Amino acid sequence: MSASTPTDLATDMPALQAQSLSPSLTVAIAGNPNAGKTSLFNALTGLRQKIGNYPGVTVETKSGVWYLDDRSPVTVVDLPGLYSLNATSIDEQIACDTLVQQGDLPNAPDVIILAIDATNLSRNLYLATQVIELGPPTVIALTMFDLALRDGLEINVPQLSKELGVPVVPVVARRQTGIHALGLAVRNVARADVPRKTIDTSMIRKDQLLNRYQRIDSLLSRVLTRKKSESLCRTERIDAVLTHRILGPLILLAVILFVFQMIFSWANLPMNLIDGAFSWLSHLVRATLPPGVFTDLLADGVIAGVGGVLVFLPQILLLFLFIALLEESGYMARAAFLMDRLMRSVGLDGKAFLPLVMSFACAVPAIMATRTIQTTKDRITTIMIAPFMSCSARLPVYTLMIATCFANQKTLGFISTGALIILAMYLLGIATAVVVAWLLKHSILKAASTPFVMELPIYRIPSVSNVFHTMISRAGLFLKRASTVILAASIVLWALAAFPRTTGTSATEQVSNSYAGRAGRLMEPIIKPLGFDWQIGIGLISSFAARETIVSTLGVVYNVGDAEQSGSLVKAMTNAKRSDGTPMWTPLVGLSLMVFFVLACQCMSTLAVVRRETNSWRWPLFMVSYMLVLAYVGSLVTFQGGRLLGFS
Amino acid sequence: MNKTNHSTLSALPHGRWATVLNVLGPGFIALRLMEMGLVPGASISVVRTAPLGDPLQIKVRDYQLALRRTEAEMINVSLDSD
Repeated sequence: MSASTPTDLATDMPALQAQSLSPSLTVAIAGNPNAGKTSLFNALTGLRQKIGNYPGVTVETKSGVWYLDDRSPVTVVDLPGLYSLNATSIDEQIACDTLVQQGDLPNAPDVIILAIDATNLSRNLYLATQVIELGPPTVIALTMFDLALRDGLEINVPQLSKELGVPVVPVVARRQTGIHALGLAVRNVARADVPRKTIDTSMIRKDQLLNRYQRIDSLLSRVLTRKKSESLCRTERIDAVLTHRILGPLILLAVILFVFQMIFSWANLPMNLIDGAFSWLSHLVRATLPPGVFTDLLADGVIAGVGGVLVFLPQILLLFLFIALLEESGYMARAAFLMDRLMRSVGLDGKAFLPLVMSFACAVPAIMATRTIQTTKDRITTIMIAPFMSCSARLPVYTLMIATCFANQKTLGFISTGALIILAMYLLGIATAVVVAWLLKHSILKAASTPFVMELPIYRIPSVSNVFHTMISRAGLFLKRASTVILAASIVLWALAAFPRTTGTSATEQVSNSYAGRAGRLMEPIIKPLGFDWQIGIGLISSFAARETIVSTLGVVYNVGDAEQSGSLVKAMTNAKRSDGTPMWTPLVGLSLMVFFVLACQCMSTLAVVRRETNSWRWPLFMVSYMLVLAYVGSLVTFQGGRLLGFS
Repeated sequence: MNKTNHSTLSALPHGRWATVLNVLGPGFIALRLMEMGLVPGASISVVRTAPLGDPLQIKVRDYQLALRRTEAEMINVSLDSD
C-alpha cells in the first residue's frame, strides 16, 4: 500500500492555484489486455474523455482528465494493452515506446499506473516487473480485487509492494473502490525524481525470460495463498456449453440472428422516426421559405445530409451496445475461438468474424467494430472487404430490380427466381471478399506471421457504466468525424443535380439538364457495355451518397412522383424503351446493375468511417477505386457474357 | 519421469494435466509463448478443441487461452501422473 499520511490531504490547495502553479501531471495506464485498464480509465475520468489517433498510424489514443481529491487535474492516457516490452504489433509498440522512452516524448507520462489483474498475477507480473526495472515512477493498481477475494485468493498486498518496490493499490474500478488511495500513491511517486534506466527491448533473451518467471513464481509463493479459483471453475462450466463442439456454433448462430433482428427491426423504428422528422423538416422549409436556390440547398442538401448522418445513430448505438456486452462478458473471445479455423482460410483470424457478419446489416458500424482486431494489417484487410457483405441499403435496389426484371418468375416451377438471385448476390459478395482478402494478405497487407495466442478471459457480468461509455464514445466519434464528410458530400451531390438551374420545368427536366444529367450522358459510352444508359448513369452518380438513393433518383428520372410507392416506378421502368424500341430493363440489365451494386463502394458514410478508422485518405481512396474497377469488370462480364450466351 | 509420457501439447489428451518441458520453434513465436507464461515447469492442460478441430482451448497459470495447433505442436510436455 502507498505510504500515505493525512498530511497529503492537508496540502489541499484551491483547484485554480494548483492548476496554475504546478504543471499538471500526466499518467499512463499500461497493462495486459483484459487486465481492466479501460474500466479503471473510465472510473478515473468519467465522461471527460477524448479519443484520437497516434500520428500516422491507426492506433487509437484515449486520454481523459482525472480530478484528484484536491481538485488538481491529472491527464490520464489509456495505452493499448501489451503482454511484454517485446512488442509484436504496432499497438504494442506504441504502448512500449511510451513506457520505455517516456523521458524524450513531448507527452511523456510522469507516472505509470500498471493495471494488474489480481486473479491472474503471475502472467501480469511479467510485464509489471519489466516496467518496474526500467525505473519510471510506477504505481500498481491491483484490479478486480473483489473477484480475487471471492475466488479465495489471499494476497499480501504490503509484502507484494515491498518486494516490488512500488506502491500497490487494490482497486475495484466498477465500484470506485481504491481510487482515492490510487490518487495519493500517484502524487507520492510523482514527487520522487528517480534516474531512469534504458533497456534494449529487442534483445529479450530466453534465459532472462525464464529467470524472470522464476523470480515471479518465488515472489508469489511468499505473497499469495490460493484456494481453487471459483470464477475459473464457473467459466469452465459455462464454456462446456458455449464452446461445445455442436452447441457452441449453434449458440453463436442464435446470437448473430438476435443481432440481425435487433438491427433490422428494432433499429428500424427510430430510423424511420429520424427519417420522417427530417423529411417533415424539409417540407416545412419548403412551405415557409420562398422557392429558390437557398431553400433547395437547405431542404435537399443540408437537411437531407444531416438526416443522412443521424439515421445511422440507432444502428451504431445498438450495435455497440451489443459489442460492448459481448466484449465485457468475455463471449467475444469465444466467438473468435469458434470461428478462427474458418477465418484462417482467408488469412485472417477469428476476431474478424463478427465485424464481417455485422457488415451484412451495415458496413459503417461494422468497420468501427474492427477495433477488436489487434493486428493492424488484419484490421485493414477486414475493413477493405467489409463492404462486400450485402448491407441493408442494397436490399431496396435488389428488390426494385427483381420487381422490374424478374417479376413473378419461377425456377424449377416453384422457387422464386428473385429469391435465388438475391441469394446469389449475397454469395457473390462473400466470394469476392474471400478472394480479395486472400490477395491483400498475400500482397500489400502481408504480415509476418504472429502466433495466434488469444486470451479467453473469465466470464463476467458486463458493467453498465463500461457498456454505456462504449456506446456514447462510439456514437460521438461517428458524429464528430464522419458527419462533416457525409454532409459535405451530400451538398455536393445535391448541387450536381440542382445546377445549372432550368426554371419553370419539371423535376425530370431539371435533373436531365443538370451537371449530374450531363455527366450521365458523358458517362454513357463508358457504361454502355454494362447495359446501362445515361439515366442509370445519373442513378449511379447519386447512389454514391448512399446506395438506396438510386431508387428515388430513378423515380425523378422516370417522372413518377413518389418513388417510395414503388408500384408506379416499376411500371414506368417496365415500359421504358431504348432508342431502338427494345425494352430497357431486361433481366440481363437488372442482373448487371445488381452485380455493380454488390461490388462497388457507393457509400460516402463507409468511406468517411474508413478515413476516420485508418487515419488517412489513402485507404478509403484505395477502397473506392479498387471496388469500382471490380464492379465495372463484374458488370461487364455479366452483361457481355450473358449476351454471348444468348440471354437478353 | 517416464520418457513415454512425453508428447507435444497438441497430442495431449483433453482434461489431463502436464508439465511444459520446452518450447521449440521460430525464436519470436517461442518467445511470445513463453512470455505468456508457457515456460518450462509450468502446469498446462488442454480443455477442448474448437468445432473445426483447431484452435485448442488451453489452461495455464490461472487463465485460459486459445492456441492454434501449429503453435501447440511447438510445445513439448510431459504428462503428469494422476
